[in-house]
Amino acid sequence: MSGPIIALDRVTAAYRDRLALRDVSLTIEPGERVALIGPNGAGKSTLLAVVTGLLAVAAGSARLGGELVGGLDRLEVARRIAVVPGAVGLPFATRVEEVIALGRLPHEDPFRGPRPADRAAVAAAIERVGVGHLLGRDARELSLGERQLVLIAMAVAQAAPILILDEPTVHLDLRHQVGAMELLVDLNKRDGTTVIAVLHDLALASHFFPRLVLLDRGRIVADGRPSRVLSEDQVRDVFGVDPSFVRLPVGSG
Amino acid sequence: MASRGEALPRPGVRVGPSRGIGDRPSALIGLGFVALAVALVAGVGFGSVAVAPGDTVAILAHRLLGLDLARTWSDAAETIVMELRLPRVLTSMLVGCALAVAGATYQGLLRNPLADPYVLGTASGAALGAAIAVIIPVRFVVLEFGLLHGLAFLGALASIYTVYRLSRVTGLAPLTSLLLTGYAVGSLLAAGLAMAMYLSGAALRQIFIYLLGSFDAATWARLAGAIPIVAIGCIGILLRARSLNGLLLGEQTAMHLGINVRRERAILLGLASLVTAAAVAISGLIGFVGLVVPHVVRLIVGPSARAVLPISAIGGAALLAYADLAARLLGEIPVGVVTAVLGAPFFLLILRRARTGYEL
Repeated sequence: MSGPIIALDRVTAAYRDRLALRDVSLTIEPGERVALIGPNGAGKSTLLAVVTGLLAVAAGSARLGGELVGGLDRLEVARRIAVVPGAVGLPFATRVEEVIALGRLPHEDPFRGPRPADRAAVAAAIERVGVGHLLGRDARELSLGERQLVLIAMAVAQAAPILILDEPTVHLDLRHQVGAMELLVDLNKRDGTTVIAVLHDLALASHFFPRLVLLDRGRIVADGRPSRVLSEDQVRDVFGVDPSFVRLPVGSG
Repeated sequence: MASRGEALPRPGVRVGPSRGIGDRPSALIGLGFVALAVALVAGVGFGSVAVAPGDTVAILAHRLLGLDLARTWSDAAETIVMELRLPRVLTSMLVGCALAVAGATYQGLLRNPLADPYVLGTASGAALGAAIAVIIPVRFVVLEFGLLHGLAFLGALASIYTVYRLSRVTGLAPLTSLLLTGYAVGSLLAAGLAMAMYLSGAALRQIFIYLLGSFDAATWARLAGAIPIVAIGCIGILLRARSLNGLLLGEQTAMHLGINVRRERAILLGLASLVTAAAVAISGLIGFVGLVVPHVVRLIVGPSARAVLPISAIGGAALLAYADLAARLLGEIPVGVVTAVLGAPFFLLILRRARTGYEL
């Protein structure tokens, strides 16, 4: 596919009466690794909702591989974008492999159910994310870190060219944060998956993502290499904190 | 997890025969059919006039399969089996199947282990609709059937829609909210049913049966009227098993997995209400079958709707056939009493467990 895999052109979007994105333009090329950063309420999650078609644009256009998101049905979007959910609940006891297998729903035959190819994709995702030791357990009884890995495995099983994560490291300890980030880098480099993540941890973002997009009050205020986006003035202006709190890893960007 | 395996859990080796969403435990289905066959023979054979199991099987084989057997049974036995007991047993199976499938659908759709046509007030809505149809004086069979099932469906649909909408605007947790709303709407519908009884005159007994839940009035004609509705509804639901699976992790995740949640929810609520209404129209209010059966099935085969729906259908049919047999053994008490005695403690048990472990 030539051209950007995601293209937002002057997008404005709103929840009921609250304007959440104003005049946002963003293009992402296939195989990029992009972190969305910014304070709470900046519009990061809204941007993801627009890209995945959950929220319709009020003005402007959002395209996936050249096609308007609004013109795609849910199944077509799900085959292009896998989303690692944030907060989820399970009403019934569900084993880890059953959760991961849900990632195959966009591919499975609606009448006959999963085929051998679907089972193979689930097994591959389990191997890739390294959650084999969790198989057979009730997903509701996992630790937050384990559950995050299982949800990532589900998204990997979905085998979509774009992987989206909304604050994937929020409940993880440092070791698991780094582990999750390395996994994303690996998926991006080896499989060419386009990875887009909302991150609050600026150090993690700048260490593992070559491109940061900084949002503030519904607008993109900076877009580029971490060293440029996270300049001292920018951090002070957008986050309202002393820039010395944000110590970037040596040599990043 | 890529490198640095020291610090992180090693990728698992145990990947082989992982049992994912969608496997069909066919052994369980086979077992279910055996249970159904036993229920059929026992249910048909037992009653105030006992028919020996051998004769029961012979009559069924003769009349249903057309086998030319030496007659060892009396005409009276044949009439009892064919005109009274067989339609009754088959009606109990059809209703059990319908209620269990509807319960499994509501539970998956509303993501609530306590949802069921009875608890949600859907069955009460159907019963009120059916009661109104009974009061309306129509003396033309086809029209009478259409009116009965049509009004029962409308009642079921209106009540589930009301409960669903209202439960979403309370400030309570979803589990609590749905149950309380179902209770409130159900109480109102019960009052409507009482009013219908008050106004019914000659049809009082018929409406009373709706309230109690019973297969006393089962006939071939009523059964034949309900079979196509239940069949269409259940098959329609089964074909949407994928949507129910998608909803396991919530509505937003379902959308990311390619499910058009608004459309699927409307279709599935409609089909489950259709099936519930057909069951209630021929048997009245029989509680807890839709709650107990899918729950037990899920404990055995996991949460995939591809397995839960068909096995619940068979399990519900068997459970209600045995419950009706028990009701007759206990001196012709209403079957709804038997299922309530079984189901209410079960409901409390699930309620106890539902408090913990709901959030992943």
